Amino acid sequence: MEYKPIKKVISGNYAAAYAARDARVEVVAAYPITPQTSIIEKISEFLANGEVENLQYVPVESEHSAMAACIGASAAGARAFTATSAQGLALMHEMLHWASGARLPVVMVNVNRAMAPPWSVWDDQTDSLAQRDTGWMQFYAENNQEVYDGVIMAFKVAETVNLPAMIVESAFILSHTYDIVEMIPQELVDEFLPPRKPLYTLTDFDNPIAVGALGTPADYYEFRYKIEKSMEEAREVIHKVGKEFGERFGRDYSQMIELYRTEDADFVFMGLGSLMGTVKQAVDVLRSEGYKVGAAKVRWFRPFPKEELYELAKNVEGIAVLDRNFSFGQEGILFNEAKGVLYNTDAHPLIKNYIVGLGGRDFTVSDVKKIAENMKGIIEAKKLDREVEWYHLKR
Amino acid sequence: MAVRKPPITTREYWAPGHAACAGCGCAIALKLATKAFSEAMEEKYGDPNAFAIAQATGCMEVVSAVFPYTAWKVPWVHVAFENAAAAASGIDAAWKKLGYKGKILAIGGDGGTADIGIQALSGMLERWHNVVYLMYDNEAYMNTGIQRSSSTPYGAWTTTSPPGKYSIGEDKPKKWVALIAAAHQIPYAATASIGNPFDFVKKMKKAAKVDGPAFVQVHCTCPTGWKSPLEKSVEIARLAIETGIWPLFEIENGDFHNIKIQSPGGGAKVKREGGKVVAIEFKKPVEEYLKLQGRFKHLFKQPEAIQVMKEQIKAMWKVLGVDVILP
Repeated sequence: MEYKPIKKVISGNYAAAYAARDARVEVVAAYPITPQTSIIEKISEFLANGEVENLQYVPVESEHSAMAACIGASAAGARAFTATSAQGLALMHEMLHWASGARLPVVMVNVNRAMAPPWSVWDDQTDSLAQRDTGWMQFYAENNQEVYDGVIMAFKVAETVNLPAMIVESAFILSHTYDIVEMIPQELVDEFLPPRKPLYTLTDFDNPIAVGALGTPADYYEFRYKIEKSMEEAREVIHKVGKEFGERFGRDYSQMIELYRTEDADFVFMGLGSLMGTVKQAVDVLRSEGYKVGAAKVRWFRPFPKEELYELAKNVEGIAVLDRNFSFGQEGILFNEAKGVLYNTDAHPLIKNYIVGLGGRDFTVSDVKKIAENMKGIIEAKKLDREVEWYHLKR
Repeated sequence: MAVRKPPITTREYWAPGHAACAGCGCAIALKLATKAFSEAMEEKYGDPNAFAIAQATGCMEVVSAVFPYTAWKVPWVHVAFENAAAAASGIDAAWKKLGYKGKILAIGGDGGTADIGIQALSGMLERWHNVVYLMYDNEAYMNTGIQRSSSTPYGAWTTTSPPGKYSIGEDKPKKWVALIAAAHQIPYAATASIGNPFDFVKKMKKAAKVDGPAFVQVHCTCPTGWKSPLEKSVEIARLAIETGIWPLFEIENGDFHNIKIQSPGGGAKVKREGGKVVAIEFKKPVEEYLKLQGRFKHLFKQPEAIQVMKEQIKAMWKVLGVDVILP
């Protein structure tokens, strides 16, 4: 069948819901939280209108139970999906460890939202990045199209390596903003993403298994190692799946870091998610003004794209890491990761951290331009003015 | 020679080799519960094995599955402490979607059910999942070393309700989760006890056969936590019934006006009106139950505390619509 996309102007949240539908998810267990709600509202509409066949929607009483029910459903053999944000994700935290430890390919959309207090519903990446060590893969979407594509690819990757995956989109900037999304006809999604073949199920009554047993110090260690082996394997799988997606549907995701005009760049901006859309636009403006700059959008934060970062870092003089998040007592989380990766290599560009956009603070092209000026000075001086800059701070 | 049919299936789902303490009342409960479930599945779906277990963290979870072994001869999943009901909800949803016929048995202790798991339990019941929730009630957090729960009875010693100069031990009455479950107007909610295994098995079968959610709260002796003789676990549980401490009842569809009360035995006089139990005159004093357990030992130096306990027992029975006289 020839690929003819179905174009629709939809929000990031609707893109997530349509992707879940097209991935033929079997069980959705979810709890409402702003700004995630329109994902589960749309899925509920699919059910009400008969657009999905016998999908089981479990309207749980908390996010903790949402993930627990997804774990139960996934262990029973179903393709399970949920969506949440911020406080809800934090409430799920215990179960995030459980999903990966039990090796269940649950897929979740998290809408990045600031953690309270102060109470906030706006964009901030700390909620998802704080789940860094839970054994979930994390994909950051730049736009609504990537939300849709990401969910479908995530199921394929997750079900190959038997680890859960989180697709992350920005509060309001993507979740509630409408844009053209090219959706894939169902038959072609089915070809790309066949039905799940679970490793085990809770349904083999004559040959029963026990899941979630006690692991003594004699065994626990190896279980952890196997998760890491699968994370390493995931890098290859992501590359393959992203390439196949590109060949079939024209949007290539084979690279875990998307490079934009970095070929001859003196320095690059690096970051996650929707803010990189702004950065790309700024790069065009800066290029027209004679700056040799590029953008490096980290698509997959877990597993972390170590090799790709090294290859990039070898060829630039500076990296401006833009973190819409913060780890208190240290620095921006992506910055921290990037420095860690490069320490044991021979690639040591000047690398500076800019803390931007926390709690939905607007971050615009002119902000990127100001940062470019600052970075230009740093590179000329061959020396950082400071390591971490709270860029927007009111003085 | 005539061979008598065993009173319950000889199939085993809870295998020997589990690591429960000697005299563990909960282990007895799980053995009976799974046998009853199997019979119900055979009668309802024609497949005695058509069930799976979702179990909360707790004594019976830790002793049953230590990798790479399991005592369970039935598909079993453990998904942490507070969410056996939520995990069971997910399995139920998956089975509905994937077309499997059978029932899910969720199991939790009193801590995992009455305290940390009550939200997930309420959600599961309200959403009408095809799940039986079995609460094995040994009246404290035994797995972590005997800390009080909301299901710990008045007067009991635990490590977090120790009696002392300013304490009589646990100072709150027991919370009855079976009543809370019944208030969801689910098809079936009941209390049971390992002290009356026939009644327990009957109730588990009934619970397993309803369409939709059911809840059974089974009283289980914990010799370690109750400081009671290992060989007296069943006797102690029976005494709880016979002295009025542990009422046996069934509530169908949340009909609190027609609670079915099972006769406690032990010589108690039961008065019925129009088929309903309205009054019970117990003949065995609660002291007979208390004196076999170290957790209540201190109460015998404070007889007024035993009086308080008796008033609470009467109040509990009043909720069930029964006037009781305690010796």
